Amino acid sequence: MKRKTVAWALATALAALLGAQTASAADDIVIGDIDDLSGNYADVAGTGAVEAIKMAIADVGGTVLGRKVTVLVADHQNKPDIGASKFREWADQNGLNVLLGGSNTGVSIAMAKVAAAKKIPFFALGAGGASLTNEDCTAYTVHYVYDTTALANGTATTIVQAGGKSWFYLTADYAFGTQLQTAASKVVEANGGKTLGAVRVPLAASDFSSFLLQAQASGAQVLGLANAGGDLNNSLKAANEFGITKTMKPAALLAFITNIDSLGLQTAQGLYLTTGWYWDLNPETRAFGKRYFEKMHKEPTMDQAGYYSATLTYLKAVKAVGGTDSDKVMAEIRKTRINDLFAKDGYVRADGVMVHDMYVMQVKSPQESKYPWDYYKVLKVMKGEEAFGPMTGLCTIAGK
Amino acid sequence: MSEIFGIPVAVILGQLMLGLVNGSFYAMLSLGLAVIFGLMGIVNFAHGAFYALGAFAALIGLQQFGINYWWALLLAPIAVGVVGIVVERLLLRRLYRVDPLYGLLLTFGLALVIEGTLHQFFGASGRSYPVPPALQGVFNLGFMILPIYRAWVIAVSIVVCFATWFVIERTRLGGTLRAATENAPLLQAFGVNVPLLVVATYGGGVALAALAGVLSAPVILVTSSMGSSLVIVVFAVVVIGGMGSILGAVISGLALGLIEGLTKVVYPEASNIVVFVIMAIVLIVRPAGLFGRE
Repeated sequence: MKRKTVAWALATALAALLGAQTASAADDIVIGDIDDLSGNYADVAGTGAVEAIKMAIADVGGTVLGRKVTVLVADHQNKPDIGASKFREWADQNGLNVLLGGSNTGVSIAMAKVAAAKKIPFFALGAGGASLTNEDCTAYTVHYVYDTTALANGTATTIVQAGGKSWFYLTADYAFGTQLQTAASKVVEANGGKTLGAVRVPLAASDFSSFLLQAQASGAQVLGLANAGGDLNNSLKAANEFGITKTMKPAALLAFITNIDSLGLQTAQGLYLTTGWYWDLNPETRAFGKRYFEKMHKEPTMDQAGYYSATLTYLKAVKAVGGTDSDKVMAEIRKTRINDLFAKDGYVRADGVMVHDMYVMQVKSPQESKYPWDYYKVLKVMKGEEAFGPMTGLCTIAGK
Repeated sequence: MSEIFGIPVAVILGQLMLGLVNGSFYAMLSLGLAVIFGLMGIVNFAHGAFYALGAFAALIGLQQFGINYWWALLLAPIAVGVVGIVVERLLLRRLYRVDPLYGLLLTFGLALVIEGTLHQFFGASGRSYPVPPALQGVFNLGFMILPIYRAWVIAVSIVVCFATWFVIERTRLGGTLRAATENAPLLQAFGVNVPLLVVATYGGGVALAALAGVLSAPVILVTSSMGSSLVIVVFAVVVIGGMGSILGAVISGLALGLIEGLTKVVYPEASNIVVFVIMAIVLIVRPAGLFGRE
């Protein structure tokens, strides 16, 4: 009896797996999304990004060149090996044509290597690491939305030029945090500011107040927050509680609208940040925000809007070249300007950076906010070339 | 004498004060663990999850039912304590006769289930719980600015720790509890309802975790993972204090908070491992812990 039950359970599980595998027929255009669906970045991209991809497919009518567009979704759990092996599996067995995803720089680098080996276009979305278009660049990688260079150029330049000359950094003690701090301090110093100090905070610390008091004791004008997600939230909450935001200007080197929504405007007000997109920029972005809100009951993040745009960009290129040949599609993508609700006159550079305008924002006070999700005021629109800077030469396939 | 080893005295005092606040949380959480282990022999890995559940209970109470902070301090631990009682009756009691390792595995699995459920419903980014109006503002201590709420945390923690110690070590009820751990069958022969004592102990220990959760809600963002990062440190605190020793849990909780605070000034990168370094040393020198019986 027991053995029979086990056999049934196994059969059901296998059938479910098979169902997922055979969803795409041979001539479908297959878009893969490998992302963090359950961890720290799940609110920033996650299921909202899947929804955005589906919205883009619906907007092209569900088919391109008479071929049905289908989506495969997997959770990489922030593990590079899982992301890379899933990508390989889809490429070998499911006729994958393009991969979107990332959120995590480590996983994205691993997936970019597979993209190069399998010659399948990979749109890296939500991962900050600028190395994706430098040391780790490939001919098939497109880095969408933002990178650490653009974030530092946006936030740091604006604050230094407004008089915030001396900086103290609260830095997450891992690669992403130190890269972000290095990028920001370079910009600060190039603009005539100086770094008074930094404290490296262990990841996911339970209390940030000790580190914040050290920042305050430094006498710096600006509190540079080179951390992200929950760490950013908790450091801002404590900075507010200890009255540090009254004497120092807080500058988030990476913040999403979900951070602000979690913290509330009372705590987050006055914060400087840089974003690749905001739902309340113009009628077009607002219309997208409204459509998205009806499904997800939240406004989209810059990443989620980026997934929509990247899907459209890929499908437009497929339509233009009349097929899914990766090299032809990539050539078309590099050649054509991107004009949609996410980017105006954006373009993909030889090193893979999708160059587009970035927005330097300040978080509104509760009094300034007039309706739900009215969180940012635009301080500066930064031209793509200024934000992403010139090519470094580190990407050997792109030249200088 | 305004500097010690090149660090201003004011900075050291400030860090010690913050260390005391963090130590208060460690003490309250390790207290619950020590009570559960001491009286039931269960290594309660779900303690961090119950702590998170306490914070979420306060948050849901405020947002859905308008229950304020003060009522949450009372109601959230009761609600979570009831969950603990259900867990004990349905699951844990089946494991008393087998190796303690099974209890550890069960509670670890339970922690993953609770955290996963919270994650599913509330997402990864967490929510903000406001500081109650009566406790807003700051004290200016001269050497630092101390938010009133943090001072309140220290006060509550001291009262709760002392009350728990008093009940277990100095009252008749506590005496019966301790007797149950020494020789349960004999006590049952005297007509004492031992299973009831055990379930009350687990419910009480879990309620203590939930109380710590409510207290921490205004300090840090309420997230599904808030307990998992803390519970490992708290286990180290219990090991250092001596498994099952209530006094040991409280004293080592506060002391480790202070040591961690000092580490944050001297060498911040090590602040999340200093507790474990001390644990390793204690295990080598006194394997039963500082206050444990050999």
